[in-house]
Amino acid sequence: MTALAASPAMLNRGITLSDVTIAYGRYAAVHHLDGSFAPGSLTAIAGPNGAGKSTLLKALMGELPLASGTIDRGRLKVSDIGYLPQAADIDRSFPLTVADTVLLGAWHQTGPFRSITQEIADKARRALSAVGLEGFERRRIGTLSAGQFQRVLFARLLLQDAKIILLDEPFTAIDARTSQDLLALIHRWHEDHRTVIAVLHDFEQIKAHFPQTLLLARDVIAWDRTDLAMSGENLLRARAMAEHWDDTAPLCEAGHKHVA
Amino acid sequence: MNLYDMLFAPLADFGFMRRALAACVALGLGAGPIGILLMLRRMSLIGDAMSHAVLPGAAIGFLVAGGLSLSAMGLGGLIAGLAVALLSGLVSRSTVLREDASFASFYLSSLAAGVLIVSLRGSNIDLLHVLFGSILAIDAEALYIVAAITSFTLIVLALVYRPLIAECFDPGFLRAVGGRGHLYHLLFLFLVVLNLVAGFQALGTLMAVGLMMLPAAVAQLWTRSMPMLVIIATMIAAVSGYIGLIVSFHFGFASGPSIVLTASTFYGLSLIFSPSGAFRRLLPAPRHLVH
Repeated sequence: MTALAASPAMLNRGITLSDVTIAYGRYAAVHHLDGSFAPGSLTAIAGPNGAGKSTLLKALMGELPLASGTIDRGRLKVSDIGYLPQAADIDRSFPLTVADTVLLGAWHQTGPFRSITQEIADKARRALSAVGLEGFERRRIGTLSAGQFQRVLFARLLLQDAKIILLDEPFTAIDARTSQDLLALIHRWHEDHRTVIAVLHDFEQIKAHFPQTLLLARDVIAWDRTDLAMSGENLLRARAMAEHWDDTAPLCEAGHKHVA
Repeated sequence: MNLYDMLFAPLADFGFMRRALAACVALGLGAGPIGILLMLRRMSLIGDAMSHAVLPGAAIGFLVAGGLSLSAMGLGGLIAGLAVALLSGLVSRSTVLREDASFASFYLSSLAAGVLIVSLRGSNIDLLHVLFGSILAIDAEALYIVAAITSFTLIVLALVYRPLIAECFDPGFLRAVGGRGHLYHLLFLFLVVLNLVAGFQALGTLMAVGLMMLPAAVAQLWTRSMPMLVIIATMIAAVSGYIGLIVSFHFGFASGPSIVLTASTFYGLSLIFSPSGAFRRLLPAPRHLVH
């Protein structure tokens, strides 16, 4: 890692969180989070439902206000981060073609008004073949399966060419074959020294593919190398946290207004 | 009465019919794409709410001008419509009410205020004209306004097509890449109000939205590609305008309902005969591709 630190790709300093609390009303969804996603790291975020995993990604994208603390994205702007939210947010019956959807990824080059150059079109074609959808350009997205559509969204991410990539449960309701192909893309991003952060539920997948893990249950249970973070003891603690959330929690001592 | 007398003589003989036809075709050109976008944004009923919301402004313009004047009513309607759009956007952002709920509250209040204003001063005939339109009232000035609004709409839509579609399709993505989606959303609402205003005179305030939504619904039954959607909706809107005008001329019907009911007829036929319609289900499925 030290050798890489000098290369231009490493000018981004990753994302540093200090004392980050994100609350819905008075209920803290993420509680006093400290730590950093190192540049070029490949991190899985795991934890029970309601642990604040998606909330944390949204906060990294600047979509949620912080109740306390700061998120330091180094020199990068929010719009430099590639973000794939949970699939349910997009209307797949929309009358767009696969090519239209992928080309949206070139927004930083095209903006709202500039034309799509041959170079961008070629990049889009390469992105489509990289996700295994060669020749699908003219298909309407409404005719794709869930797995194919997820591949299209990955192709859009490829085109975005972002230094930091956030994935929110990218493999939920996706079959094993598609997951394998898309995991291979994630590894390619990792080799390109991009910072990749993915919310995942499949512990085996995390152990096999993600060097770093943030185990979250509102509080950080562990943020470390995956084999250390995903120890049996930590997983038990995460589960215990999930089972003991209650409405009568006292106010947090740190002096702000959310419930601990 | 032969075919010529039925379909073309009214246009050949009467200047106001020619103006009305030109206005209807222009209205269709603007209403087609606007209706498709409203439908894709799942805002079909918001368009209807907007058409009610413009009423008090149109009514005040109507009273001030002392009759059906598109410029006075249009200006009033534009102000009232934009006020409701902005206020409900503001309310949905600052309270727990969602945008559709706040739209409903505002447009109902607005509609009530509009009817009250017209009933205070105007006669029942006036109210009918405001609500349902009157082709007789389309003069050269009104035609210019309609044509100008349509031209403006088409130019703006052509310019902001990409961000508008991106905002419809995946607002989260546009936000993430810093695309200022809400700006295009507002611009689009402005175009909706503007096109409703354009439809006042031929269609009336209540019916103006019909020329947007029905052709859009028809188009969705026939195709799923964006360019074809717009083309079909525009054609249906323009043809409905023509047929509705002819019908209202011969039978003395109000022009607004005639035009909208013509569009409804296309809708009914499409429900039965279109590829995704009822009739097609009874036929054997076409051969499918290998993959």
